[in-house]
Amino acid sequence: MFVAKDLAPLVPELFVAVSAMVLLLYGVFAKGNPTRTVVWASVLVLVVALVLVWQVPAGRQAVLSGMFVTDSFTAVMKSLVLIGSAVSLVLSVGFIRQEEMERFEFPVLLLLATVGMMMMVSANDLISLYVGLELQSLALYVVAAFRRDSERSTEAGLKYFVLGALSSGMLLYGASLIYGFAGSTNFTDLAKLFAGGHGHVSVGLVVGIVFLAAGLAFKVSAVPFHMWTPDVYEGAPTAVTAFFASAPKVAAMALFVRAIISPFGALVAEWQQIIILLAGASMLLGAFAAIWQKNIKRLMAYSSIGHVGFALVGLAAGTSEGVRGVVVYMAVYLAMTLGTFACILAMRQKNGLVEGIDDLAGLARTQPGMAFALAVFMFSLAGVPPLAGFFGKFYVFMAAINAKLYVLSVIGVLSSVVGAFYYLRIVKIMYFDAPGEPFLHPMPRELGVVAAVASLFTLLFVVFPMPILNGAAMAAKALFP
Amino acid sequence: MDALLREYLPILIFLGLAIGLAAVMGLVPFITARQKPDPEKLSTYECGFEPFSDSRKQFDVRFYLVAILFIIFDLEVAFLFPWAISLGEIGPFGFWSMMVFLGVLTVGFVYEWKKGALEWE
Repeated sequence: MFVAKDLAPLVPELFVAVSAMVLLLYGVFAKGNPTRTVVWASVLVLVVALVLVWQVPAGRQAVLSGMFVTDSFTAVMKSLVLIGSAVSLVLSVGFIRQEEMERFEFPVLLLLATVGMMMMVSANDLISLYVGLELQSLALYVVAAFRRDSERSTEAGLKYFVLGALSSGMLLYGASLIYGFAGSTNFTDLAKLFAGGHGHVSVGLVVGIVFLAAGLAFKVSAVPFHMWTPDVYEGAPTAVTAFFASAPKVAAMALFVRAIISPFGALVAEWQQIIILLAGASMLLGAFAAIWQKNIKRLMAYSSIGHVGFALVGLAAGTSEGVRGVVVYMAVYLAMTLGTFACILAMRQKNGLVEGIDDLAGLARTQPGMAFALAVFMFSLAGVPPLAGFFGKFYVFMAAINAKLYVLSVIGVLSSVVGAFYYLRIVKIMYFDAPGEPFLHPMPRELGVVAAVASLFTLLFVVFPMPILNGAAMAAKALFP
Repeated sequence: MDALLREYLPILIFLGLAIGLAAVMGLVPFITARQKPDPEKLSTYECGFEPFSDSRKQFDVRFYLVAILFIIFDLEVAFLFPWAISLGEIGPFGFWSMMVFLGVLTVGFVYEWKKGALEWE
């Protein structure tokens, strides 16, 4: 039933979990303030885990009674998650010091959230899916409210917690209906049941899938389950927002793709309309609601809702090509988001951090480097060729066209045009408006490095796209055996 | 039918013992103990809370902390019972799973102790 080789695929998760506990104990016993040490040790742990993810036995491995699975999809998605977490930690180094958040629990909580995300990516059963999701969510609720004395931060944490608990409830209800009507919680068993469209699809099962999709849509913040996103993104400390927008989004999207494709791949007709609606509504809302935003964190929240919509277009196609599009999109989105937040975290004036879009006025004259990097991210988020963001959209729309989802593709392209307005407005403010109070410069070194690497990735994707495209194709193939 | 009922006999005996013991322990103090009632002693909660007041009253966050910490270890015990009973079935894997779980819990306990969450003042 259980043998030692069963542990091999679990090594990265076990390593991060044990390290998190060791660091927690180190932090509480250390003299002085151990935060700096714990932060950099956590970054190291995530980098080692990234190496370990590629050391697990190749091919599909299902262990712990089929609850936990590793294949090339999990390897690719876990790599993105680990990169997102590690870079967010690096971005937070200066922030937590200046904002009086320097407590060693912060990096430990991010590590625990990362373990949860890795579990989510590898979940092959509705129960392990839920355990991973809760491990991630509980850590995230705490970091959202990490500034206990700030009203906005505690409000963000409380909102996130209450609405997150609601969505977990919906997800569990869906899972229980699926178990009741199909007789299994294991993705592999469910897939066998429906293979070739022979299984009897009852109404109860479809209702279960709808609830499951609603719970997952909440976690990726797709319309109409997006309401928490702007408030939580605006209220949470900026370094935490950078984390929220990167790694958990990728993990939740990976979970969404696997939980829909792996067990219910044969039932495309039953769930495709749900995903089409989620994708279309998210793209439209992301495009229109962001136009009136004055706070850049709020703008990024609507932007992330829109981008989730674009990524879901790939899932709506329900094909291997579509999943490849989702993986490429999430990789590109991760780079653009982390780069943008590196710039947002550098928006520091004499009196502290500012978050208004107008504060960027004339940045091109005071800090040309940062303005250029931010302009690259904005053009890329808008999907202007030849930047990386264009290719992300290109692959999902191509998959949608090949799956004959013409209306969804047209909605996507139109909302992309509308979205370009507010991205380009930021570029206009930076390059053509009269400078206001300048930011403190130079940009902190770690923020500068992240912004530079991310903008290089965004610029050079057109030249060297193959590693990402091959990785994504390999990942997609693992979901369609 | 008789055989089936006889299997439940231990439960009936146990129930009888429980009721009898509880009744004795409840009644004996009325006969033997000295009784000097005052309003504080007769109130519902002796720990200082008013039984009826505004539900949005402020109270010391330490009560809350202790309650939360209690729940964690309470649940742990609730989890240990089924584990102890089915240990024969689940074998070494089950045994070590619980040991790992207790280890993780101990890490948390050391953290909260060292952090001072268990000190009242």
